[in-house]
Amino acid sequence: MRTLFLALTASTALIGAAGAATVYPLDRATILAGSPFDFKVEFEGSVKAEDVKIAVNGADYKAALGGEVEFIASEKGKDDAALGSAVLLRGVKIGKAGAYTIEVSAGDEKKSVTWDVYATPEAPKAKNVIFLLGDGLSVAHRTAARLMSKGMTEGKANGRLAMDDLDHMAFIGTSATNAINTDSANTMSAYMTGHKTAINALGVYADRTPPTQDDPKVETIAEALRRTTKKSIGIVVTSEVEDATPAAVVAHTRKRDDKADIVGMLYDVKPDVVLGGGSAYFLSKDVPGSKRKDDKDYIKLFQEAGYKLATDKTELEKATGSDKLLGLFHTGNMDYALDRLQLKKGSVDKFPNQPGLTEMTKIALDNLSKNPEGFFLMVEASCIDKASHPLDMERATLIVVTGDHTHGVSIVGTIDDTLGKQGREKFLVGANAGFPTYTDEDKDGFPDKIDPSRRLAMFVSNYPDHYETFNPKLDGPFEPAVKNEAGEYVANDKYKDVPGAIFVEGNLPKDESTGTHTVDDVVLQAAGPGAEAFKGYMEESDVYKVLADAFALGVKQ
Amino acid sequence: MARTTVPAVSRRTFLAGLAVLSCVGAVRAGDTLTFDELYGKVSVLGLAFSDKAKSLNGKTVSMRGFMAPPLKAEAAFFVLSEIPMALCPFCSSDADWPSNIVVVYIDEKTTFLPPSKLIEVTGTLEVGSWTDPETGFVSLLRLVHSSFEAV
Repeated sequence: MRTLFLALTASTALIGAAGAATVYPLDRATILAGSPFDFKVEFEGSVKAEDVKIAVNGADYKAALGGEVEFIASEKGKDDAALGSAVLLRGVKIGKAGAYTIEVSAGDEKKSVTWDVYATPEAPKAKNVIFLLGDGLSVAHRTAARLMSKGMTEGKANGRLAMDDLDHMAFIGTSATNAINTDSANTMSAYMTGHKTAINALGVYADRTPPTQDDPKVETIAEALRRTTKKSIGIVVTSEVEDATPAAVVAHTRKRDDKADIVGMLYDVKPDVVLGGGSAYFLSKDVPGSKRKDDKDYIKLFQEAGYKLATDKTELEKATGSDKLLGLFHTGNMDYALDRLQLKKGSVDKFPNQPGLTEMTKIALDNLSKNPEGFFLMVEASCIDKASHPLDMERATLIVVTGDHTHGVSIVGTIDDTLGKQGREKFLVGANAGFPTYTDEDKDGFPDKIDPSRRLAMFVSNYPDHYETFNPKLDGPFEPAVKNEAGEYVANDKYKDVPGAIFVEGNLPKDESTGTHTVDDVVLQAAGPGAEAFKGYMEESDVYKVLADAFALGVKQ
Repeated sequence: MARTTVPAVSRRTFLAGLAVLSCVGAVRAGDTLTFDELYGKVSVLGLAFSDKAKSLNGKTVSMRGFMAPPLKAEAAFFVLSEIPMALCPFCSSDADWPSNIVVVYIDEKTTFLPPSKLIEVTGTLEVGSWTDPETGFVSLLRLVHSSFEAV
């Protein structure tokens, strides 16, 4: 019986493999009615143009897809390797909602996919949407934030985070189209387009050809807003503005590290407010500090397009009320609040007057809320909760707080320096753990010190070789492992001689430098009109439909 | 540790010799430059090289730092960074070069030292835009005809 079953599996798999063309958008794609997307079929072998048959719901495809496909006899891979034939039709729009089954065949290759094209209500439910994205926001981060900023007495939290009172929630599946694992590009792209994609991709389905910007495109939320509404668009981040998360609002590329080109994509869409770091990719290559390889001066181009420029906190405050605002406060990623406010480490000495996320968010809201048509604001932050405090929002605003993916972090107990012990001997669990001793005397929402005498013991589930010191790393960001001559990541010797440090042998393969993203669901929370649609388990791409419904993006407003 | 000398060091020595000859007494063969001394101005709208960096253009300069993990086991250039880098920015799609780096060209391909090891590089400082035809890497300042040793 077992043998028979194996044999069956094998033969089924063979049949499957023999004729499997790939159709983009993929099977079970959810597509906003009226939104443009590229249609592509990749055949495994070389086929003849006249043999290619495409039917949509049993009829010739041209009526449904609104055009005729271009036939590519042979796509080329690396070193000119033949990849097979393909057909391509860019800018397809399907206006009518419903199930669309696309049947493709050529010779012995066959593929059938079904898309769910969805409409939205005629009238918007929400005037504004604020989308707060915590990069890597996992459950332990929320618990740690509550314990560190509010404290706990006798097992009950002494206060609540702003996000604790958002009244709708859902478990979000973050996996990519090519792996259960995921990264910040494909995850945010799923939120911002409604289509899942491959790791490192933004606003495209990842096709097989090497160029990074020819892949089949899907519409981003910023493009949908420009197409159907007169709303303002804002992006506020502490990372580089061309980094994966903010880029997903506007960009189309297979590779998130096309950062110089992503600046151009930002310029094409022209969000009304763009605040963050990453000026190096805006500067012409002849300026020291530039990371461009061309002569384009995007600072000048944005200014010529009517943007007010702010390069530090003082200029940002002065720019309040301008219609279009570009704030770049660092050549690279902005410094963490911990470094800016307490440690003065990182690059705070070089960029001493960086605004905080809360200030940036407030000023963005001041600018965006002047538009009577409403706005969409994306805020990315590690300190989300602080950013959500100033969001004293009118009822017409849908607020979504979510992470893009999780990390394998857990709070396991406490670490107590007062015991006179070192290393693992001061790590307390069970009844011994007690409660941590963080204080927030200045009520700024951040603990006054992140290394009080008894602090949270938070550990990760996956790691390279490293030294565990049982102490926060106050002399700059922690680099657990460094590469050796053999290209393997080995424990960074810098932490070897910290008293009590223990060597922890990695459980990741040796080519991984730091803990990786984990596959666990993200918890999304939301409040405001439309938020009731968030419930149970949802794919990241389903979240877009809720945003599209709230704004009625299926209908020209 | 043995000094990792580039066999074609004669060119460097020759250049250094020229420099000494051309402005006798004004230049010491062993001028040093630190990462902190590279830039006179750091701003969002661009950096500016310091007067010291500009004055050392074409001269023999020593800098200390860490070798970034190279793209290949053997190459004719590497990136010197102020702090040890865990990542090879060329290899990883979401890694990026830190701002405090200097490209170091050596005359012959060599194998590399661990990125956690402090090294001293001595070479001719070149200030001015140059695009590496092989990698497309644009540098505005670099050390050429260099040699290096572990400190």
